[in-house]
Amino acid sequence: MLKNDIVDTIRDKALWMRRRAFTMIHDAQLGHPGGDFSAIDIIATLYFGVMRYDPRKPDMAERDRFIMSKGHATGALYTALCAAGYYPEDWLSTYMQPESLLNGHPNRNYLPGVETNTGPLGHGLPVALGIAIAGQLTHSDYRTFVLVGDGELQEGSNWEAAMAAGNRKLGNFTLIVDRNRLQQGMGTEETNGLDPLDDKFLAFGWDVEMIDGHDIQALLDVLTARPDGRSKPLCIIANTIKGNGVSFMENKASWHHGVPNAEQFDIAMKELV
Amino acid sequence: MAAPAAKQDGYFDCRDAWAETLESLAQQDPRIVAVVNDSVGSSKLGGFQKKFPDRLINVGIAEQNMVGVGAGLANGGRIPFVSAASCFLTGRALEQVKADIAYANFNVKLVGQSSGVAYGELGPTHHSIEDFAWLRPLTNLTVLVPADPWETAEAVRWAAAHEGPVFIRLSRAPVPQLDVANRVFQPGKAEMLRDGRDITLIATGTTVHLANAAAQGLAADGVSARVLNLSSLNPMDETTIIAAAQETGAVVTIEEASVRGGFGGAVAELLATHHPVPMEIMGFPGFQPTGSIKFLFERNGLTPDGIAAAARRVLSRKRA
Repeated sequence: MLKNDIVDTIRDKALWMRRRAFTMIHDAQLGHPGGDFSAIDIIATLYFGVMRYDPRKPDMAERDRFIMSKGHATGALYTALCAAGYYPEDWLSTYMQPESLLNGHPNRNYLPGVETNTGPLGHGLPVALGIAIAGQLTHSDYRTFVLVGDGELQEGSNWEAAMAAGNRKLGNFTLIVDRNRLQQGMGTEETNGLDPLDDKFLAFGWDVEMIDGHDIQALLDVLTARPDGRSKPLCIIANTIKGNGVSFMENKASWHHGVPNAEQFDIAMKELV
Repeated sequence: MAAPAAKQDGYFDCRDAWAETLESLAQQDPRIVAVVNDSVGSSKLGGFQKKFPDRLINVGIAEQNMVGVGAGLANGGRIPFVSAASCFLTGRALEQVKADIAYANFNVKLVGQSSGVAYGELGPTHHSIEDFAWLRPLTNLTVLVPADPWETAEAVRWAAAHEGPVFIRLSRAPVPQLDVANRVFQPGKAEMLRDGRDITLIATGTTVHLANAAAQGLAADGVSARVLNLSSLNPMDETTIIAAAQETGAVVTIEEASVRGGFGGAVAELLATHHPVPMEIMGFPGFQPTGSIKFLFERNGLTPDGIAAAARRVLSRKRA
């Protein structure tokens, strides 16, 4: 496949994920659309342009792993796993319904393709680190990707893991920060500032790349660069827009867990084409 | 396993049985790894580190990361034994234990070292008398509390073979090897050390040998006390406990833990629902002052005489 075809494919998948996630959220009147939409281009690029996996064998030892540390962004994760073939689309219609396998936060025991249970923040990076260490111990060539929200980096457990990852020189380990600069209530920098975020990871022994998290080509370039010979873990600071793709949601903290009414839903569906 | 070396007084540090067993299991199974928080010495894992340097993952003083890394290692097909002082493993990393281990149902073995008041003089920050109350409600988590070196070795061996999360509560408090014929270690199955008609003493971990000694003293006074060793809190042998309440009509529970929400609380919940009998819960009523393990046990009546006295109090209520 030509590179431009891959970019187009990923764009198509990301568009489908946005439309499908917003429909789920509208139907359930629950969800976290702002953070779903800032992360969807990143996750679509991983699943449809970067990672090695087989949805028929979700436990395959040599699979690449994706850990969704910002576990509340299930609109993004569940649509990605569905589009990747882990389960049929009608499962998405049960989102957050009683007894649904599509819980408000992902559970690996319910859904194939989910690597670990997340929801409380600051859990994904340590678990992903353990997965990367297991790969190192067994000389496996699988890669481990973990996506964290930027506000989530206020949790100290991330920095425990960041220090250990830097010291272990884990070249097979990639952290992506969804840097949308908004957390639940207000801006990250107004709340408990993270900048300069690149310097923090550099100081912890990581390589750092800063990119536009909605530029599929840029995401592909930095995520497909093989880690062979890399001696440090890689932190990709993906600058994103919370609510990206829907005009009235973009850069609005209120859409962290806001849900659309019928009119807003119609506007969004007209914009997401 | 060869019988562990007893100290001169016939008492053992169960950490020796833990470390020897883990090393021997790791020799046979390359998936077994150890994860520590700068706790190689206190976990007695120096020998493991020497034999398997790559399989000893020391994350430094960072318990939340340590437990998360354990979950990740299990995702990657390893069998991690995450070993740290119980106060920090359970208290500092409780949310990781809940979400990453129990709820995610990963095949991780958590080993709480020096639990209870093993760190005596270091005070309540280092005591771990709350761990039963914190861990008891966690679905999927097997909670094992070995009473002697034999049970310690068996618990470690069982945990390695079991697919699922396990917490093993260890102590450094010296305990004797219990004298029981034909022992079989089976989580969820209580061990009857002594049969009796008048009252049942139900103990766990480091207090089991004290309960046994108390029963001997009571026998001299004509009181027939049954003694149960409950080395597994999750699952708990409900059948044997209810039968004991029905057959003896009085119960004392004894644990090296808080009397609130712990082992005694679990027995009380069960009996209140199924067969209420006069009961006393022995343990620690709250934060303890500085003092040796021995001092703190004596201060709270966790001695053969103290347990016998509690038994007599309960018996007087039974007869009233």
